[in-house]
Amino acid sequence: MIAEKTNTAQTIIDKISSTAGKVNFIDNDQLSKALLYLENKGIPTNKHEDYKYCNLDGIFKKQFKNIEQKLNSVSDMNQFKLKDALTIVVVNGNYSESLSDKLILKGLHLTAFSNLDKEGKQLIGSLANVEADAFVALNTAFSGNGFHLKIADNEQLQMPIHILYVSSANTEALVNPRNIIEIGKNAEATIIEEQICLGEGKIFTNFLSEKFVGENAKLTSYTFQNEGKNGFSVNTNQVTIARYGKYDNTTVTLSGAVVRNNHNVVLAAQNCEAHLNGLFSTKANQLVDNHTLMDHQMPNCESNELYKGIINDKSTGVFNGKIYVRKDAQKTNAYQSSNNILMSDDATINTKPQLEIYADDVKCSHGTSTGKIDEVAVFYLNARGIGRESARKLLLNAFAQEVINKIEVDELREKILDLFEKEL
Amino acid sequence: MITIKNLHASIGDKEILKGINLEIKAGEIHAIMGPNGSGKSTLASVLAGRQDYEITQGEVQFNGKDLLELSPEDRAREGLFLAFQYPVEIPGVSNINFLKTAVNEIRAYHGQEEMPAKDFLALVKEKQKLVELDGKLANRSVNEGFSGGEKKRNEIFQMAMLNPKLAVLDETDSGLDIDALRIVATGVNALKNKDNAFVVITHYQRLLDYIVPDFVHILYNGKIVKSGGKELALELEAKGYDEVKKQFESLEK
Repeated sequence: MIAEKTNTAQTIIDKISSTAGKVNFIDNDQLSKALLYLENKGIPTNKHEDYKYCNLDGIFKKQFKNIEQKLNSVSDMNQFKLKDALTIVVVNGNYSESLSDKLILKGLHLTAFSNLDKEGKQLIGSLANVEADAFVALNTAFSGNGFHLKIADNEQLQMPIHILYVSSANTEALVNPRNIIEIGKNAEATIIEEQICLGEGKIFTNFLSEKFVGENAKLTSYTFQNEGKNGFSVNTNQVTIARYGKYDNTTVTLSGAVVRNNHNVVLAAQNCEAHLNGLFSTKANQLVDNHTLMDHQMPNCESNELYKGIINDKSTGVFNGKIYVRKDAQKTNAYQSSNNILMSDDATINTKPQLEIYADDVKCSHGTSTGKIDEVAVFYLNARGIGRESARKLLLNAFAQEVINKIEVDELREKILDLFEKEL
Repeated sequence: MITIKNLHASIGDKEILKGINLEIKAGEIHAIMGPNGSGKSTLASVLAGRQDYEITQGEVQFNGKDLLELSPEDRAREGLFLAFQYPVEIPGVSNINFLKTAVNEIRAYHGQEEMPAKDFLALVKEKQKLVELDGKLANRSVNEGFSGGEKKRNEIFQMAMLNPKLAVLDETDSGLDIDALRIVATGVNALKNKDNAFVVITHYQRLLDYIVPDFVHILYNGKIVKSGGKELALELEAKGYDEVKKQFESLEK
């Protein structure tokens, strides 16, 4: 079995090594650890507890037999830009200065990995442990030329930042976008991260972001995933929050063949707060797997999670929410809820709360519900002349609104709502 | 307006309606009374098209159409309205959005264009006043967190908005205090005209003090066992249903 696992990782390494750029921004120690980890542990199969419903080894073997890494260039991103946001474009894992807006906002500093100084380079991999997960290792081994984004202390960014990760290939490809986002002390920012796949080829995007939320800082982040039928992705967010810091994320997944989200939040100091919201709508044979971790390390912190899924056809949804309350984390408040609607008899949802509590004075709770569309409500709507199709749309829309309404950037919320409604 | 002939309906193995015959003409108000379990609500549900029931025999003609062949939404679009005994709460769907969808789907069915937003809002305002419904409720989710009385008034409000040909009020009076009862009745009386008709299902005579029926029918054990004028309701109120039960149980034997 181990030989078989090593095989997939080795195949990937062999196939993409020749085309990967010279990696000079990841230090050698991390690089060798990454390769060693991949060699020994390989890409996880569904025998791995964390990837039970998401057999990525199988996906690589089946869907990415012929990685060719012939990536397309991208010349115009205007159709994806938001009017009232500053756009940063990452093409096939590499920061593109020419496609990005001029970053002339006060308090905003962006440095491509290739231009990082020694101090900056030390941030790479300082939150995401290269030996904790195969996809962190894989990204570390083949990371594109990502960027370090820093919001200076005491700055309140006046405009949202919209980061577009666009990947394009006409043959099978693997891209590894990566970034570091640092919100300084008392600073505030809104960051939108959107993933897009163009071109005819299947693309596996192995995204990794390390986010630092400074003392008394606030990061509001939105993740919008709409990668289409050729998009496969693992998206790892490794977040650390300092004292009095606040981190909010809302992730909406509207398409993608396989989407795995690893959202890990460390509440590393006293009095910090984190909110994770998610909405996913799956169709055909899609798989959307949301794994979250709220790691409460210190006292008086609060976390809240709300995930909602609409699972159609033969698709599968997964929610695994781990809340870890360490023994010092007294007076923790942690809540989690996962609600799902199964739209067909062949649709599957696997939902699992996972609470590990080592402190004795905490409030933790979780709730989960899974059901079909409410036929009593459908009949009520029918009885008022509303047809079955419209009734279904009204009800699904109402179900999703609770999450969509968390998006405070009007333009983004309307765009997502519009796309969501079209897909219903 | 509507002709019901020998209507039989079952749920599972249990036959609940055992041959209902009823004819209602435009301009009429019919009251259907009867003890618990006699089949009153089943009749209302069957007419509205609830799927839980199986129609085993009989026919229903509604303005020249075979009602039982129509989907629930098409029955509503043809002008049938059921005021629910237990209005359903629909979190996340605003009353206004719900009604706008309903009004426009009904219009589309009749080949009409969507109602302009301005006209729609004017209509909402006018009809809200009729049932003394707080304007704030219109923007809230359908029935969510409404009191019992508000839910029933909301049913009448919806009825006023959709202007049906035949409205079936399924125990709209249950759970209403005397003021709410008066408001509901005022709404119904204001909407009544020579071209529409009402079926008022109730246990008690009380509502019929406000909504005066042209005919009263007693439903018992799945059949209409007695019909008469409005005085029949008073008679029932005085004697109670036990009298009816005794009389018809002996008849059936």
